[in-house]
Amino acid sequence: MAEIGAGCLLARSLDLVLQSRGNANAVFDVLEFLQSEKEDEILSAVRTCSRLFGSLLERGELFVGTLPEEDEPTVAANCSAEDQYRIWMRHRYNSCVCCLMELMAHSSFQVKESAMCTLMKFVSLEGKYPLVKVDWDEKYNFPQELLKGVVENLLLVEEDSSLLISRFQEFLEYDDVRYYVMTSVSDNVARVMQKSKEALLPVYQQNVFSLISSLNMPSQESELNNFMVKQQANHEGWKVTKLKEHRRAFERMWIGFLKHRLPTSLYKKVLVILHDSILPHMSKPVLMIDFLTAAYEIGGAISLLALNGLFVLIHQHNLEYPDFYKKLYNLLDPSIFHVKYQARFFHLTNLFLSSTHLPLYLVSAFAKRLSRLSLSAPPQALLMVIPFICNLVRRHPACRPLIHRPHGPHDLRDDPYIMEEEDPSKSRAVESSLWELQALQKHYHPDVAKEAELINHPLSDLETDVAKLLEMSCYELFEREVKKKFKSVPLEFEPVRGLFGKKKDICVEHFELL
Amino acid sequence: MGRLQGSRRRGASTGIPEAIRSNPFEVKVNRQKFHVLGKKRKHEVGLPGVSRSRAVRKRTATLLKEYRQRGKSSVFIDKRFGEYDTKISPEEKMMKRFALERQRNTDKKSIYNLNEDEELTHYGQSLADIEKLNDIVDSDSDAEERGALSAELTAAHFGGGGGLLHKKDASAQKEEVPEKAKSRKELIEELIAKSKQEKRERQTQKEQTLELTEKLDSDWKQIQGLLAHKTPTSKRKDNTEFKTKPDEYDMIVRELGFEIKVQPSDRMKTEDELAKEEQERLQQLEAERLHRMLGDNEGNKNRPKHTSADDLGDGFVLDKDDRQLLSYKDGKLLNLGDEQGDNENENESVMEEGGDETSCEDEENETSDDDSHSDLESDLDSQEVDGIPENKEAVKTKPKKKLLRREEAQFEPVGTELPYTFTAPESYEDLQHLLSGKSGEQQLIVLERIQKCNHPSLAVGNKAKLEKLFGFLLEYSGELATRDPPELKMVDKLVLHLYNLCQMFPEAAGGCVRSILRDAAHEMEEMIEVKGRAALPRLDVLVILKITSILFPTSDFWHPVVTPALSYMSQVLIKCPVVSLEDVTTGLFVCCLFLEYVSLSRRFIPELINFLLGILHLSVPSTGIVGYTLVHPFRLHGKNSELLLVSNKEDIETWHKKYLPLYAVNGLTETSKTELNHYRLSCLATCLDLVKKSISLYGSLPAFQEIIGPIRTLLTDHLPVKEYPKQLQELVKNVLEEMDSKEKHYEPLVFEKKKPVPLKLYTPKVVEILDFGRKQGCSREERERKRLIHKHKREFKGAIREIRKDSQFLAKQQLSEIMERDRERKRKVNQLFNSLSTQEGEWKALKRKKMKGESTN
Repeated sequence: MAEIGAGCLLARSLDLVLQSRGNANAVFDVLEFLQSEKEDEILSAVRTCSRLFGSLLERGELFVGTLPEEDEPTVAANCSAEDQYRIWMRHRYNSCVCCLMELMAHSSFQVKESAMCTLMKFVSLEGKYPLVKVDWDEKYNFPQELLKGVVENLLLVEEDSSLLISRFQEFLEYDDVRYYVMTSVSDNVARVMQKSKEALLPVYQQNVFSLISSLNMPSQESELNNFMVKQQANHEGWKVTKLKEHRRAFERMWIGFLKHRLPTSLYKKVLVILHDSILPHMSKPVLMIDFLTAAYEIGGAISLLALNGLFVLIHQHNLEYPDFYKKLYNLLDPSIFHVKYQARFFHLTNLFLSSTHLPLYLVSAFAKRLSRLSLSAPPQALLMVIPFICNLVRRHPACRPLIHRPHGPHDLRDDPYIMEEEDPSKSRAVESSLWELQALQKHYHPDVAKEAELINHPLSDLETDVAKLLEMSCYELFEREVKKKFKSVPLEFEPVRGLFGKKKDICVEHFELL
Repeated sequence: MGRLQGSRRRGASTGIPEAIRSNPFEVKVNRQKFHVLGKKRKHEVGLPGVSRSRAVRKRTATLLKEYRQRGKSSVFIDKRFGEYDTKISPEEKMMKRFALERQRNTDKKSIYNLNEDEELTHYGQSLADIEKLNDIVDSDSDAEERGALSAELTAAHFGGGGGLLHKKDASAQKEEVPEKAKSRKELIEELIAKSKQEKRERQTQKEQTLELTEKLDSDWKQIQGLLAHKTPTSKRKDNTEFKTKPDEYDMIVRELGFEIKVQPSDRMKTEDELAKEEQERLQQLEAERLHRMLGDNEGNKNRPKHTSADDLGDGFVLDKDDRQLLSYKDGKLLNLGDEQGDNENENESVMEEGGDETSCEDEENETSDDDSHSDLESDLDSQEVDGIPENKEAVKTKPKKKLLRREEAQFEPVGTELPYTFTAPESYEDLQHLLSGKSGEQQLIVLERIQKCNHPSLAVGNKAKLEKLFGFLLEYSGELATRDPPELKMVDKLVLHLYNLCQMFPEAAGGCVRSILRDAAHEMEEMIEVKGRAALPRLDVLVILKITSILFPTSDFWHPVVTPALSYMSQVLIKCPVVSLEDVTTGLFVCCLFLEYVSLSRRFIPELINFLLGILHLSVPSTGIVGYTLVHPFRLHGKNSELLLVSNKEDIETWHKKYLPLYAVNGLTETSKTELNHYRLSCLATCLDLVKKSISLYGSLPAFQEIIGPIRTLLTDHLPVKEYPKQLQELVKNVLEEMDSKEKHYEPLVFEKKKPVPLKLYTPKVVEILDFGRKQGCSREERERKRLIHKHKREFKGAIREIRKDSQFLAKQQLSEIMERDRERKRKVNQLFNSLSTQEGEWKALKRKKMKGESTN
């Protein structure tokens, strides 16, 4: 009953307010419902608010200009009744907006969503029917303050609002909204992080990340034509229409975000998208150097990921990175074949090592280290890394002694290569041979063994395309094996005696059936 | 014309008088520029005059004639024999003409029409007269005068000798004259008549024999019935009457008739020979296995097999003698099949051998290879199916196979309670239903009987049924393993059946195991996608993996079943984190399997080393810095990084090495702390032993030290060996010693030496030239073609020359004709002129006379 009552009540008060100014006090009823406990009551109240103030905005029944305080005595004195009504209504509008902002932190997603949508509707209407006096200088108006409030409420410190943010994404398609969101985010981040004094705020930072990582930046100025608020005058001078301004805002936002310490998981996430969706849209990507070098120094998976961004900077922005290869060399450790980003890492390493101007010691060190690591690699990685090593040798014919040293010192007691040495130039890889690949010729997997046997003969000139092999997973390898057609199945000829009855059964030495 | 040249030339060398040949004015010598030894020369000397005159003569005989008759439409041909032949004398000519005429007359229209020709005579008498004898004397009836024929009779019958002699007496003079006067014509007539008569006689004789044979035949047919006595007729009757229900006696008779006679067989083999044969077989199998292990069988497969010219192309290969030889061992009859496996059916054993040795052969082929004896046996089997109790069959077959298995002997009394025939299960539920509620031994008997009753040689669909049975059994063994407690003993027994079935249907069995592995891998992958990590496989999958290693050779370079199994195990070791003692047990078992799979081929498994290192790490107290790197799924520090660490001194001292029970995979039963600690130590011991085994396997690998390096560091620097019981300390020491005993030896890598490409040889190719003068070096057809072209060219040239000469000849002829005509005309004109001038002269003379006369008058 109450619900129906609330619905009816809201509809009636909406009618009343819209019909005549005499009934303006019914607005209070509506605003009251906004603070209700019940979810559906709030929902219908939000809807009513949206319609009510929407039409009021359209009719121009809200006060325009700097709003005097409500209880200011001058208002009553100086203004006409008409103005007084509009000032009063404007105050109601403001309180409604406040309520809606609060509702964006409501526990129910539906409430949050409808509150946000209503606010965004107000944003677009305010843009159309501005509530600020238009000066001749600043003829482009956009309700920045309102949008800032929305953004502030999206980026909550305690609560994960990724769902709401993904809902918000549809508004980010508007170029003007995006621009103002970027500026407000950078303000917001600066403010919040300053307050927290360099402590980690995982939830907040996650929220910020999910908002700003979903920004879809245009790549050409001509694409900037989708505005939420259409300006009557020509767009010429408006900042929003300039791609450069967009980029600058974008850059400021990201740098503001990244200059604070990040949780590791977020670090990885940022690095994953960095090269693809951040760097290209920055006006000065070189500004990211500090961040990337810091990340590269950290080591482990983060270093692997930082490689990608560094590569873009080195490749396109002339970054000179001292000891880059040495660091890359030290990134290679046994876990490299077991991490998630293996494909990406090897793709980049392949790129870095594709130069034919690299010194011999470096390439040999890489080849030798990779082959040493391959001794503990799973088969799918082996299928990739063996052709990789072979490619290195092909690219740098001077490396050939690694697999073919006819007049070398015979009967060595030890492998000259020093695995522990961090500096590739001192690792003595040049004096070594790839015995590891020779050992892998006895690998149990037939394909791996075949690949490893390539080094027994002079390598062909054509490089193997590693790109196809990078993404192979263990399961794919298995599937490939199972799908192979077979003509005949050779059988065991040793007669069976039981489960553990084979000759030289190893299991029987350690396990018992019972 | 050209064709005639040859014959003319041949004539030139023969029929030329010596005078002309020796006449230097006639001879033209063809001078030779240089002499070729051994060359036959044909045209050293020519006789142009002779040959020209011959050519002219020839042309006058042929061309000129044609030329003269060119305007004529009919030709007169003189066909008289030898009219223009001057060589035959007129007498001879007449003789031949006469003979020809006679011949022409005797040419009959039909050789069968005897009456057509002229009357035949015998000594001048017409044969027709002789045949129409009026007084025929029956010589048979005249008994008194037997032996002496009357002169008249003989004279009448034989017309000749006697009669003539008599007549000679009477009219010797008269007769002699005409006989002497017998002209040639008569003689010839006589001759012809004689030959005709002979011919006719022969004909009649032939007819008679034919008639007689026919008669004899018909007579025999009549008599035949009598000769056959009464049995055949009665049988015939019986056959017609009782065809529908054959008499028992008849059947027996028939069966006896068709029973296989004892055939000579090879001598029995001695024990030594048997052993040797078996050894050879095993050696061959081992060689094949090695071949596959090295992975070069694929190359051979591509090479087409040699096919004999006599190959019918039916895929039937008889390259070995499949017959079973009887043999005795310790005075008992011994079958090869029984010795090899433990199958009941002799049939089966034959097939298995076939399957072993030529596994690529089709099943159909193998069954068809069975000799007739086995067919007979299968007949018996089919009767069993029809309802003859099995124990009867057992009695029957007992003498055949002497080596009774112990187990069967055990089961015999139990078996009597079970029905003897079972239909093969159509679904897994059927099998479960069949086996539920039965003891293990009974289950085995049921399975055995199912296999017997549905042997592929008995019916068409049985193959598919048994193939299905294999899948169900595999599933069933998996189910047995998942039971609580797992019935592994039963699985142990089932393996025998699985092995037998697998030997029969390798392809189907392979497919079955593959699909199970695939399901397991798929399940694991799904779990990883959903949860991010997978649990180690359950006991059922482990059992399947173990069974795989029993059924299939694990040492092959590539094997349709074993390679996926290896891949699966590698996935298990890479992806599944170890969080409990159960996981440790499972992992160790998988390691064991892995090692067992590669024990023969000695292949390198990085995952195994990683995993063993990880397991060992679980027993190291976590301190911080370690000198080795662990890879996924193990971590240096973590929740379970001290899973195998044992610190209780008392427990350590009381520990004894125990076997790890397989059921521990499903859940440990030990609960007390001491027991758990003991269990940990056992795991550690197992792990160390596996390390030892892998060291001995991989010791020869070139990068062995690098491979084993992390484990060495762990064992020497981090493992709290001193706290461990003596036995374990010993083990660790052993492992380390073994590690060090492997030589550190590094040879620089060198490419495999390429086979030197043989240099191109420039020795001339020797071709035997069989006949000179012929074009060499091309095919027979080509040579023939060239010869024809050459011949055609020469003939063409010759023909042109002949034609030219012909036209010259004709032109000369025409010219001479024209000259002749002109001369004739001139002559006639002269003649006219002559006569005219005479006339004129006469007329003038007359005129002068007149004038004279007038003057005189």
